[in-house]
Amino acid sequence: MNAYNNLTQSIDSKTDSAAINEYLSFVLDDEIYGIEILKVQEIRGYDAVTKIANTPDFIKGVINLRGNIVPIADLRIKFNLGEIKYDEFTVVIILNIGSRIVGIVVDSVSDVLQLKQEDVRRVPDLAAGIDTKYIIGLASLNEKMIILLDIERLMNSQDMALIDASVAA
Amino acid sequence: MTIDMSQFYEVFFEEAEELLAQAEQLLLAIDPTAPNPEDLNAIFRAAHSIKGGASTFGFDNVTGITHVLENLLDSIRKNELPLIPEHIEVFLEAKDIIAELLMGHRTGVEVDESRTQAMVKQLEFFNSQPAHGESAGVPAPQAKVAPTVVAAPAPEQVVAPTPVAEPAQSEQNVGSDGPTRDFLIRITGIEPKDVLALGSELELLGTIKNTDIGDGFVEITLNTSDSHESIDSMCSFIVESEQLSITELKPATPKPIAASTALPSKVSKPAAKKSDDLGFGFFDDEPDVPAVAAVSGATATPEPAVKAKEALAPAPAPVPAPSPVAAPAAAPVALAKPTATTAAAPAAPKAASPAKPAGAAASNASSQNTSIRVGIEKVDQLINLIGELVITQAMIEQRASTLDLSDNEQLSNSINQLSRNTRDLQDAVMSIRMVPMDTVFSRFPRMVHDLASKLGKKIDFVTEGAATELDKGLIEKVIDPLTHLVRNSLDHGIEIPAERVKKGKPETGRVCLSASNRSGNIVIEISDDGAGLNRERILAKARENGLDVHDGMTDPEVWNLIFAPGFSTAEKVTDISGRGVGMDVVKRNVAALGGSIEMRSQLGAGTVTTISMPLTLAIMDGMSIALGDCTYIVPLNMIIETLQPREEDLKTVTGGAMMIEVRKEYLPLISLSSIFDDDAEQLDPTRGVVMIVEAEGRKAALMVDDLLGQRQVVIKSLETNFKKIHGVSGATILGDGSVALIIDVPAIIKNGQTAQMQGAYA
Repeated sequence: MNAYNNLTQSIDSKTDSAAINEYLSFVLDDEIYGIEILKVQEIRGYDAVTKIANTPDFIKGVINLRGNIVPIADLRIKFNLGEIKYDEFTVVIILNIGSRIVGIVVDSVSDVLQLKQEDVRRVPDLAAGIDTKYIIGLASLNEKMIILLDIERLMNSQDMALIDASVAA
Repeated sequence: MTIDMSQFYEVFFEEAEELLAQAEQLLLAIDPTAPNPEDLNAIFRAAHSIKGGASTFGFDNVTGITHVLENLLDSIRKNELPLIPEHIEVFLEAKDIIAELLMGHRTGVEVDESRTQAMVKQLEFFNSQPAHGESAGVPAPQAKVAPTVVAAPAPEQVVAPTPVAEPAQSEQNVGSDGPTRDFLIRITGIEPKDVLALGSELELLGTIKNTDIGDGFVEITLNTSDSHESIDSMCSFIVESEQLSITELKPATPKPIAASTALPSKVSKPAAKKSDDLGFGFFDDEPDVPAVAAVSGATATPEPAVKAKEALAPAPAPVPAPSPVAAPAAAPVALAKPTATTAAAPAAPKAASPAKPAGAAASNASSQNTSIRVGIEKVDQLINLIGELVITQAMIEQRASTLDLSDNEQLSNSINQLSRNTRDLQDAVMSIRMVPMDTVFSRFPRMVHDLASKLGKKIDFVTEGAATELDKGLIEKVIDPLTHLVRNSLDHGIEIPAERVKKGKPETGRVCLSASNRSGNIVIEISDDGAGLNRERILAKARENGLDVHDGMTDPEVWNLIFAPGFSTAEKVTDISGRGVGMDVVKRNVAALGGSIEMRSQLGAGTVTTISMPLTLAIMDGMSIALGDCTYIVPLNMIIETLQPREEDLKTVTGGAMMIEVRKEYLPLISLSSIFDDDAEQLDPTRGVVMIVEAEGRKAALMVDDLLGQRQVVIKSLETNFKKIHGVSGATILGDGSVALIIDVPAIIKNGQTAQMQGAYA
């Protein structure tokens, strides 16, 4: 029923001129993040990765995704968030960033959110584990704050060490 | 130097075919009222390319028609002539004629030229139209030309005798009321190949009973119900009327003896055809020898006649049994019968000439080197699928290896067979795209020869590794950069003989082009023993060009300046090189292939330019090795040997670096686990395994924990989704679905020990 509502809402949103963006929300430690859902290819469990020497510790390595070699980055390590454990709830979100496929490790995936432009608030300048330039804005849902990430920019950044410096933005 | 042009024929035909198809598409899509200049240009280019190719191979009739076509197209694309719908019609027609001419060259069949001539006239006519000709004036000439165009289809049908021959013959059989007569056709001054064509033309009219070839003349006896005039007009397609004399012979020459009396005309047909085939084959080899024996023997040859009889035999059988057809019974047996009837019915007329299709097929097979053009993406898809199959096969093999062999012998046999088949399949599929470098290298000797004489230099041109195979797509793109580099070597590199002698070098300079496979890369080197790069001059020139340089730059940095846009140090610009448009383009082209280009040079000793291109997808043999709990792959072709070192072979050098002595040779010992495994403890070398590897002329000893075995791996690029990792040339997928990294041996040899000592590779 909920899915149906979402569907009708999304159809409505297409006809409605007010821009509604859909975000996939996920949990890192006890923070909730949101990323644009169009960038998400699939969600899968954390599987054995092949580690690669001499890469930053948040690059867990590469996996074989149906014949594609896909790098996996652990956002929890990257953002310096709490205790890192890999269990059956640990989730990898496979993203399509441009022509590349990359995976990010998160604690869990929660929901698909629909946010109107006016729901998104500006980010105050703050010193966090993540540079504020990778944050589109903040949104609140049921008293909880959701941090909306510009995942494409983050993944293409040199900070993530996922692509060659010459290509990195 | 002689070049066998025929090896390029097939390529030209295929290209021309593609160009024509492309031109046709564009022509059909074009809007005469507002033609897209880009499309016109594309059509023009197509015509131009075909003309160029045709003139290279000496296909004069194709060159002729494309030339006028090109002229007309040129006028139109330059807006000297307005494009009118009639143009498009004529262009399409011209396209068909060109295709036909090409097909004629391809199959070695003579094509009727009259149509070509008409088309040339027509094109010339259009071309001579005054610029911006009034549209009112156009229809009139069009009408004038029209008859020629209308007349054209007739010869076209004639050149394709096979389909026409069938109805013609049945007509002859059915319409037996027209009495047949024998004509003796005598043609003088005829080419043997024209006899072929003539034979097939005359076949349309009736039966050739005898062919006599003498010195410069041919006598053909034709049995036909047609008139004197129609033979005359048929022959006039091929020979001039003054060469021709037709006389009617007395009728009633007895029909062939071997033939069944019931169907004399039908049987005589294959017999005659058979004789033609024999005779024609004969002509091809030795046109001057009369083929009388073959021809006269043919009438008596019972074989085709018998064949015809046999083929005809089933035909009458179903005919008197029409009842199953009329009554559609439910019984399957009855159903089978009508099928037989229908199948036999069409077979009957065909059976009249059983030798014909066979003969045609045989001649086609021999004259046409069959190949098909397939979209490259289809091949790529195939290669990708094979890659997956190889992985799956390896997976099965690995799973099965844990089973008890004695209980599963059959399974194990099947798996072995699967492995073999997979490997064969893989080789076959990979070979589709692979072309030996020879196809590129063979272009150069001529170019070098011409340039050398132009420049007054003596050059010894050597190629190595011509058998190295490279992806077809890459080969096409690598030609231009290579041409440029070889020209550079000749022009700037090699000195004139006098100067070389002064320098104490041999008078003849040496330019070497070599190709080899190195760790999944194709490496192409252009080396010369010429003057080398002049550091000072390059720096001076760079300053002049306003580039950011300083004297403290390293040599490689200086050489890199050559690749800056607009850079040339040649004192004078020649038509060969020196305009400085080249090296940056070369670099861009190579980079577009995912490759890199590097120069090494020593003043006075020569220059080596190395192009290294990765194979985005290739399959190679690798040795899987264990480092800690990880598996890595080392390219097998780089491993010379593996050994277990003894204590006394190990030597230490200041700073903790280790050497190993292998047969009086000291090699640096590099511990791979200290490079790839961040938290590995330094192993005792005597407990590990040491691999002696060689790459780019350097050797090293790599220490690994264990060897796991040899396997074939599909190279996958890490860079597709990730980035270049130093010390790793790619990745592959193992049998269990996990990823293993492929070790970049040349990089390890180069920087291994430093990296090892620093504890990290960066």
